[in-house]
Amino acid sequence: MSIRICRTKVIKMEIDDLLKLAGEDEALKDKETAHLTINLNKVVSKNIVPGLHIDTEEIEDGINVKVIVDEGIVIEKKVHMCFGVTHDKALQKIVMEIDVKKNAKISILSHCIFPKAIDVKHIMDAKVRVREGASYSYEEKHIHSMEGGIEVYPKAEIELDKNARFKTEFELIKGRVGKLDIDYEITGKEGSVMEMTSKVSGRSDDLIKIREAGNLIGEKARGVLTSRVAVRGNAKAEVYNVMVATAPYARGHVDCKEIIQDNGVARAIPIVEVKHPKAHITHEAAIGSVDTKQLETLMSRGVGEEEAVDLIIEGLLS
Amino acid sequence: MSILELKNLSLTLNGRKILSNLDMDFLEGHVHAVVGPNGAGKSTLAYTIMGLEGYRNIEGDIIFGGESIKGMGIAERAKRGITLGWQEPARYEGLTVKKFIMASSAEKSIDEVEDALRKVGLNPDDYMNRAVDKTLSGGERKKVELASILAMRPKFVMLDEPDSGIDVSSLEKIFEGIKLLKSYGSTIVLITHSLAVMKQAERAFLMCGGKLVEKGGIDKIKPYFEKECLPCEHKNLPDKGDKNGN
Ligand SMILES: Nc1ncnc2c1ncn2[C@@H]1O[C@H](COP(=O)(O)OP(=O)(O)O)[C@@H](O)[C@H]1O
Ligand SMILES: [Mg+2]
Repeated sequence: MSIRICRTKVIKMEIDDLLKLAGEDEALKDKETAHLTINLNKVVSKNIVPGLHIDTEEIEDGINVKVIVDEGIVIEKKVHMCFGVTHDKALQKIVMEIDVKKNAKISILSHCIFPKAIDVKHIMDAKVRVREGASYSYEEKHIHSMEGGIEVYPKAEIELDKNARFKTEFELIKGRVGKLDIDYEITGKEGSVMEMTSKVSGRSDDLIKIREAGNLIGEKARGVLTSRVAVRGNAKAEVYNVMVATAPYARGHVDCKEIIQDNGVARAIPIVEVKHPKAHITHEAAIGSVDTKQLETLMSRGVGEEEAVDLIIEGLLS
Repeated sequence: MSILELKNLSLTLNGRKILSNLDMDFLEGHVHAVVGPNGAGKSTLAYTIMGLEGYRNIEGDIIFGGESIKGMGIAERAKRGITLGWQEPARYEGLTVKKFIMASSAEKSIDEVEDALRKVGLNPDDYMNRAVDKTLSGGERKKVELASILAMRPKFVMLDEPDSGIDVSSLEKIFEGIKLLKSYGSTIVLITHSLAVMKQAERAFLMCGGKLVEKGGIDKIKPYFEKECLPCEHKNLPDKGDKNGN
């Protein structure tokens, strides 16, 4: 760790608060649970387990993180990562490289916490390779301030080798979104499985842009892209789901649901492309206000209209 | 003593008179049945009493506990203790059974939620954390709906086709639920075209073509099921009847 002693204490205290906020404080005490905690561009704490390598390098305005899971290694306990910015104004750039070797298995739970953000930009640039027969699951949960002064740019390129599995879930439902621009691109070879889900709730003048693209290039590759977005106030959302199948028996599904309230605006642009007669992709998209029957049922049980809307949206994003 | 009265109630939807000059009274703590062929207007009547969107522009009046509820929205009517169990209950992506029933629960307690589930024959351990979505069968959703109504402890409850999608063994559970509601003192309205369900009631109303054609004890209404004939001129052609109706 390359933190100057004088700053360590200050950062440490705040980071502890962050971790509590994320409900992560307990997990990080467990010696058998690997973790990495970063505040801005400094490693605050780190723990690894056998077969897992996490290397970090400070760069200007950010940090490089390299994760390797050795061949055949199955990491039983979820690896916890926390990327926080305790400052109110900052740029944080995370360059991640992840290599899950043949038949290895890892699951990462990542918290991105910006509780004081007034003017914070968080850029995540990830390159992921999941090798033959390996499995990688990545969950990213965001906790933002209520100020809305944050911009988040998660970008990832993911390559799945033969029979590899990749599952990712992005969640931003706590605090204001600010500006979000997700761009995920996955390519799946023969027999691979990709599942990508994003759940975002926007309000006020939040701007949400989600682009998820799946390329099923190998025989029997499978993929599901799921988006759940709620916008209220003057928030705007645009969801581009792209699924392309070019190999026989490739199977894909795109599922986008957006609920709008107040003056919210939602757009869904599904692009489904099949370039092989034996491939098959389905898609469903629904945009609109809260379903009347759902709402009226709850109201007929004595639940107020606003509370009923909250319950329905909370369910959709859960 | 009647708890809810319809006074010359009529409802026109899209230029069609769906409910015509209904005068009905529901006795406090009693179980009633509203029967009639498909298209008779039974569900419409329930929606109108509940005050759903699009069903509020009525002629005549609806009196509940001595007060007109005509101008009230769903929430206000529900706060007074009126509720409705849908024929085809709503599905909610991601909303758990626990949260759904808790929202209706009068006491807002987990014990009450679990208790309500047990009463409709669902094991809380298996169902509390499941979503009220398409992964529940139609029958399970119907039971969850009934559990939420039990937890609400309503004063006046309408159950639209309570047996639809329910298999024979589960039907007993639904009937037990109805008896429980009665034991809470709820006034119950069973909307049905099934004789087995009507038999759960003490009094029945027979509707056809949006009109009330008969009312009285079960024995008086039973011949309608046995002979499948109606004591009105519409026979089993409610749609036609509506147009020539009046
Ligand atoms: N919104 C509507 N506009 C016009 N006609 C309707 C509307 N809703 C229901 N109806 C008609 O009203 C009649 C009664 O319907 P419903 O109350 O569902 O009957 P039941 O529940 O007795 O089978 C039917 O003929 C139906 O087509
Ligand atoms: Mg009906």
